[in-house]
Amino acid sequence: MLIRLMYEFFKIGLFSIGGGLASLPFIYELSEKTGWFTLYDISNLVAVSEATPGPLGVNMATYVGYVSSGVPGGILAPIGLVTPSIIIIVIVAKFYNRFKESALVKDIFYCLRPVSTALILVAGISVFQLALMKAGVAFTLENLTTGINWKAAVLMVVLALLHRQIKKHPIIAVLSSGVVGIILQFAV
Amino acid sequence: MKKLWELFITFAKIGGFTFGGGYAMLPMLKKEVVEHHHWATEEEILDYFAIGQCTPGIIAVNTATFIGYNEAGVPGGIFATLGVIAPSIVIISVIAACVAGFADYAIVQNAFAGIRACVVVLILSTVYDMIKKTLKGALTICMFAAVLLAALFTPLSTYVFILAAFVVGIIYHAVNAMKKEDRSC
Repeated sequence: MLIRLMYEFFKIGLFSIGGGLASLPFIYELSEKTGWFTLYDISNLVAVSEATPGPLGVNMATYVGYVSSGVPGGILAPIGLVTPSIIIIVIVAKFYNRFKESALVKDIFYCLRPVSTALILVAGISVFQLALMKAGVAFTLENLTTGINWKAAVLMVVLALLHRQIKKHPIIAVLSSGVVGIILQFAV
Repeated sequence: MKKLWELFITFAKIGGFTFGGGYAMLPMLKKEVVEHHHWATEEEILDYFAIGQCTPGIIAVNTATFIGYNEAGVPGGIFATLGVIAPSIVIISVIAACVAGFADYAIVQNAFAGIRACVVVLILSTVYDMIKKTLKGALTICMFAAVLLAALFTPLSTYVFILAAFVVGIIYHAVNAMKKEDRSC
C-alpha cells in the first residue's frame, strides 16, 4: 500500500507541470481509481492547503497520504511527489551550469527573465484580488463598491509604505499581519 | 555535513512561511538565499523559476533542488528539497489528525486575511525590484508587457509563454550572431 502510494504520487509529480493546482485533476483521478479518500476529503484538502504554509502540491500529497494510511503515508506520499523533480532538476542543473556562460544560453535567459517576472506579477495580482475582497466575493466591477475588505485594504497600504522594512524581515511581517488580522477580525 | 544541515534549515524556514503557492516564496527566497547566504544571485533565482515552470513538479521544490544541488551536489539537492517540504508534512499531519474543519474557524480565517495582505505587498515589492533588474532594452520591455497582458486576459497556459520566450531567445541570439559577423567583415 505504501509503495503504491509513493508510486502514484511519483507519477503525479512527473506529470503536473506549472504549480500546485496542476496536480488537482490527478488527485481527483486517484480518488476515483483507488477509493483511498473521498471527494469530500479533497474539498477539505484544498481548504487546508490554502490556509497553511508550504507548496500546495506538497500539502495535498501529505493530506491524502495521511488520510489513506496514517503518518507513514503522510511522509512517503510527498517524498514520492518530489522525487521526479529532484532527478530532473539535477540533470538540468548540470547542463545549466556547464552552458551558463555560453552566449546562446545567456541570450535565452535574457528573454526568459522578463517573462518570468511578468508571470510572477500576474500571480501577485491574483493574490491581490483575493486579499482585497471579502471572503467569497469575486473581484468584479459591480462588487468593487460593496465587496471590498476595507481593513485588509488599509493594511496593504500601510505595508506598502513600509515595504523596504518588511522585506528585510518577511517572517516577522507575515506573523504580525496574521496577528493584526486576528485582533481586528479581518474576515468579518 | 554542516552545509547540508544549513540548506535543510534554510529551506525549512522558507517552506514554513510561504503561504499561497510557489511564487509567494520569492521574497523569502531572495532574503535568505541571495542576501543572507549568497547561494545565488537574483538573476539566477529568476532563471531557476523559469526552469521550474517548464519542468514537471512544483516550482518551490524545483527551485530548492536547484540551489541545493549547486551548493552541495546531489545530497544538497535532496536536503534542500526535504527542508522545503518538512514543515508542510508536520503541519498538515497535525491538522489532519486533530482539527476537523480547521479552515472554518474564525480565528484561522482572520489570521489568513491579514497574512494575504502581507503576501501581496511582499510579492509586488519583489516584482518591482525584478523589473528594475530584468527590463533592459526595448525587447525585454515589450516581452514583459505582452506576457503580462496575455496572461491577464487570455486563457493561455504559462507553459506557452515560457516556450515562446525560449524561441525568441534563440532568434535574438541568431540576430546577434549575424550582427557580429557583419561587423567582422
